[in-house]
Amino acid sequence: MVTLTIDRQTVCVPEGTTILDAAAQIDIHIPKLCYLKDINEIAACRVCAVEIEGYERLITSCNNVVQEGMVLYTNSPKVRAHRRNTVQLILSQHDCRCATCTRSGNCSLQTIANDLNIYQVPFGERYEKQPWDKTFPLIRDSAKCIKCMRCVQVCDKIQSLNVWDMEGTGSRSTVNVSKGRTINEADCSLCGQCITHCPVGALYERDDTEKVWQAIDDPKKVVVAQVAPAVRTAWGEAFGLSPEEATIEKMMDALKRIGVDYVFDTTFSADLTIMEEANEFLERYKSGATRSRPMFTSCCPGWVRFIKSQYPHLVNQLSTAKSPQQMFGAVMKSYFAQSIGVKPDDIFTVSVMPCVAKKGESNMELFYGEYAGKDIDAVLTTREFTRMMRSAHIVPSTLKPRACDRLMQAGSGAGVIFGATGGVMEAALRTAHFLVTGKNPEPDAFCVVRAKDEKTGVTEAVFSMGGAQVRAAVVSGLGNTRALIDRMERGEVQYDFVEVMACPGGCVGGGGQPIHDGEERAFARGKTLYRLDSEAELRFSHENPDIQALYETYMEAPLSHKAHQLLHTDHHAWEMPKKQR
Amino acid sequence: MSRLEIPTPSRSQLVIEELYRNLERRIEASPPGLCPVDVTRAFLELCHAQTCGKCAPCRIGLLQLKHLITDVLNGEATLDTLDLMQRTARSIMETADCAIGYEAANMVYKSLIGCRDDYEQHIRAGRCNCTYHQPVPCVALCPAHVDIPGYIALVGAGRYEDAIRLIRKDNPFPTTCGFICENPCEARCRRNMVDDAINIRGLKRVAADYAGKVPPPACAPSTGKRVAVVGGGPSGLSAAYYLQLMGHQVTVFEVLPELGGMLRYGIPNYRLPKERLDDDINAILQTGVEVKCGVRIGEDISAQQLRADYDAVLIAIGASTDKKLDMEHEGAKGVMSAVQFLQLVGKNEAPDLTGQEVAVVGGGNVSMDAVRTAVRLGAKKVSIVYRRRVADMTALPAEIEGAVSEGVELKTLQAPLRIELDEEGAVKGLWTTPQMISKIKDGRASVVPSGEQEQFVPCTTLIVAIGQSIETEHFENAGVPVERGKIMAEKFGGFANVPGVFAGGDCATGPATVIRAVAAAKVLAANIDEYLGYNHKITCDVEVPDPRLSDYSPCGRVEMREREAGERIHDFEGVEACMTEKEACQEAGRCLRCDHFGFGLFKGGREKVW
Repeated sequence: MVTLTIDRQTVCVPEGTTILDAAAQIDIHIPKLCYLKDINEIAACRVCAVEIEGYERLITSCNNVVQEGMVLYTNSPKVRAHRRNTVQLILSQHDCRCATCTRSGNCSLQTIANDLNIYQVPFGERYEKQPWDKTFPLIRDSAKCIKCMRCVQVCDKIQSLNVWDMEGTGSRSTVNVSKGRTINEADCSLCGQCITHCPVGALYERDDTEKVWQAIDDPKKVVVAQVAPAVRTAWGEAFGLSPEEATIEKMMDALKRIGVDYVFDTTFSADLTIMEEANEFLERYKSGATRSRPMFTSCCPGWVRFIKSQYPHLVNQLSTAKSPQQMFGAVMKSYFAQSIGVKPDDIFTVSVMPCVAKKGESNMELFYGEYAGKDIDAVLTTREFTRMMRSAHIVPSTLKPRACDRLMQAGSGAGVIFGATGGVMEAALRTAHFLVTGKNPEPDAFCVVRAKDEKTGVTEAVFSMGGAQVRAAVVSGLGNTRALIDRMERGEVQYDFVEVMACPGGCVGGGGQPIHDGEERAFARGKTLYRLDSEAELRFSHENPDIQALYETYMEAPLSHKAHQLLHTDHHAWEMPKKQR
Repeated sequence: MSRLEIPTPSRSQLVIEELYRNLERRIEASPPGLCPVDVTRAFLELCHAQTCGKCAPCRIGLLQLKHLITDVLNGEATLDTLDLMQRTARSIMETADCAIGYEAANMVYKSLIGCRDDYEQHIRAGRCNCTYHQPVPCVALCPAHVDIPGYIALVGAGRYEDAIRLIRKDNPFPTTCGFICENPCEARCRRNMVDDAINIRGLKRVAADYAGKVPPPACAPSTGKRVAVVGGGPSGLSAAYYLQLMGHQVTVFEVLPELGGMLRYGIPNYRLPKERLDDDINAILQTGVEVKCGVRIGEDISAQQLRADYDAVLIAIGASTDKKLDMEHEGAKGVMSAVQFLQLVGKNEAPDLTGQEVAVVGGGNVSMDAVRTAVRLGAKKVSIVYRRRVADMTALPAEIEGAVSEGVELKTLQAPLRIELDEEGAVKGLWTTPQMISKIKDGRASVVPSGEQEQFVPCTTLIVAIGQSIETEHFENAGVPVERGKIMAEKFGGFANVPGVFAGGDCATGPATVIRAVAAAKVLAANIDEYLGYNHKITCDVEVPDPRLSDYSPCGRVEMREREAGERIHDFEGVEACMTEKEACQEAGRCLRCDHFGFGLFKGGREKVW
């Protein structure tokens, strides 16, 4: 243990503790901007600098460890003066028009500037203007970037894609898409982790709320919405509601009050995905196709973009099942449109997703017998949804629980857990077990694939089903995924079925979820989903009565010709920029 | 009122003078890899600040160039802008009234021509493609990319053995390099911005001297592959070391009786004591390298046979023959090459030069080795004959200084003309043509005959030290490509048409330094490993201590002491004394830890594996 003095208080902490953590133990919260634990400890912003007795130069508290007998001042006149000056310098290169920024009110720079009582900047303001394709789902505003390097580090260390990098040297050094590429040319997975780890509003998703408002205003359009499982764990965070208060049923009410005509829960199409994917898996498994290389889940578009760019030779290992979002869109524009007597072209499908990659996924043009165009017309992130709620001046406390609309009303607990890492695997195995043995397993029979804690990246298990052994692996985060695939490619591990989610912890930690600087909430949000699953009456996708009705009256059976047409996809139908060396 | 005044500099003049000196050091320590366009802009700003304002081309032209280059950097220029810049620079060069103007424009012009691609990149993409790849200057400039801040921190912590282990990850000759490395790492040391470069070589010497014998790490499991290395010099032995660590069985073939190559038979003992060289070689051999000394490839065994007997062959024969003056009587008694001379000494067959006059032709490090050795062999008078000036000599300044302090005469601006023999056909002296310094060509001052009378340098031993060459004949006959006397290996160390054969070190680059031989060996070992179908990694598990807190206030650089000249000329014992531990601790503490502070902490600060 090391004993030291911080702001005249004595504190005793283990050796190797950073000054920042030591101070936090006695409730001294040193302001910081670039620091991100274990990811970005590079002391770039210098906001957390503190004074050590006996030294002229300040030292950063985020990446320096305590020493015995150290005497530190975190808020001395010298520290305050330098900290204010540093923040003013950063502000001089930051477009401070907070009123038009998505992160206003949730911006670390704004908070620090306010806390330090900075009401003017003595320097001339000069913003960097880099061109950007504003139609791309991921947008970077160079005028807001404070060069904290978090995006670079998250993409390098967590997602292993190295999409961002420092560019140029000296007075011109900046952050940009790496290797001189534009974002369109980059092998970006669109996971959005750079957005959720940006301390300011330099990175954000393309705003599609206006598109939705226009559809709502259009009398010809029937606006049909779906809400992904993970959204229910997080939307209330924006309004200070607990997960118990901020239910999916209240969200349905909010959507109706916004003006959506029909509201649904993606849990339904998650069940549908399970019907297709579990059957597809069993087909592949029985044929022996999974003996050398597994079947991969295909519901995460970030992962699909990743495998297409990083491991193009493995694309055929992906399940051909569409993601729940896309399946639901197809069902809305065919089965549902027919049932309400509306032409598919007049249906406007909106999805509320915890995800940025879904915006990319929905972009695919499709051609069916039933309709042409897109399965999904607009994708909103959880954050965009909460912004729409605000702009509709809906007071959350006035929301009443409301059920989904008919025909696709029911959803199982198995569908709900799609939003957490391991959830798709668990849901699929529940149904696969039924399909193989004719009997339901215990609902929690496959719970070992769930994340154990915040740090879980990979889980693996072997299950026996009617005598057959299924080797399963679950991975979340693309860095973990790359490591796992590389092990598979080297022949060190073998699986039959692998679930991949691009964001650490799964969709609950998605790049479209509410942002809390310095916090990783995926694990806690995942727990909400597992609670909802355990409370659900339906625990098995194949028992969903609305799914059964869909097959009976429209899709015939899983993997039928019709199901293939509407519910499956060709992963080779579109191009993804390849990895550059 | 006085008619005249003695001027005294004002306070601000003094401050600016000091800032100029700071700036000089700063430029010296400029990080490698900066954007040439941005650096040119910065230089141009300074040049323009120096203009007196009288003549239009300098006053206005430099300003306009500044605007134009800023447009380029802002992505607001076209290719026409570059033409305009080039025309304007040329015009200023040819019209400005004084050097402030025309030399500034010349800098811009050189940059425009030489770095055209960078300018065009800015214009086409509106972006710069320069990035810091290796932000730690010393590591970037060390050819073998040794983890210098890492081992300096270990030396500072008194962890000498760990320092040696860490160095060996990239360089299996820590002791040798502690004595004789030319330390390119120090050139841009960031500490220059504060006061002076860290004495990096000195600290490595500390690690080597205080660590004792440090065993090498364990080898990877045997792959069953066999590699022949031809040449037991620094490149061959380094490659052997890493290949052995990777699990391959290496056999080194050496023509001379003992291993070490130029380190044993070229570098005199007073610079690198042989028993210290043996410390490095013994550690290398401990990995299980097999050695066959006294074997000449092409006589005792053919290259073709080696290729047949081994899974891969590495040619690392160095540059061990000498260049000739191409003068009559060069083969006469008393005339020899520096390579021959130093090799005789290395074999303990040194000629007795007692009372003789010795002349050595050449101004490189080998020449210094020859003269200082001749002094130690008892010569009455030893002279260097060199066609240029002392400033033009390629030898390290410290070596020249060492030679001078040991009583060596420098006969500069004397071009060798002819060798004069005595009646018995032995050398009697060297006639030279006096030179005068002339125009600078390709960055080097040339000489022309001064027109003065020829001079006679009497000597009974004449040593020629004007460069080395490579014995390529046998390998050329065996199908290895040779051009201009060098083995023409590809960048990866192998040959397009001769699979399984690799070459590197001096024999592929021409005579260079130990650390460049080591750097080549790393490349060769990695590529031979890959050729053999493996992907072994070389790594080191030593944890580097965190930086100590410091204000980094200016502090002098510790230099190593040398034995008194009058004493050391009587023996071949080491000249340089190691730092004390106290000195080493202070010197290590001066290190700014660029692996931790600055860009190094973000990216590229430490490569733990290769």
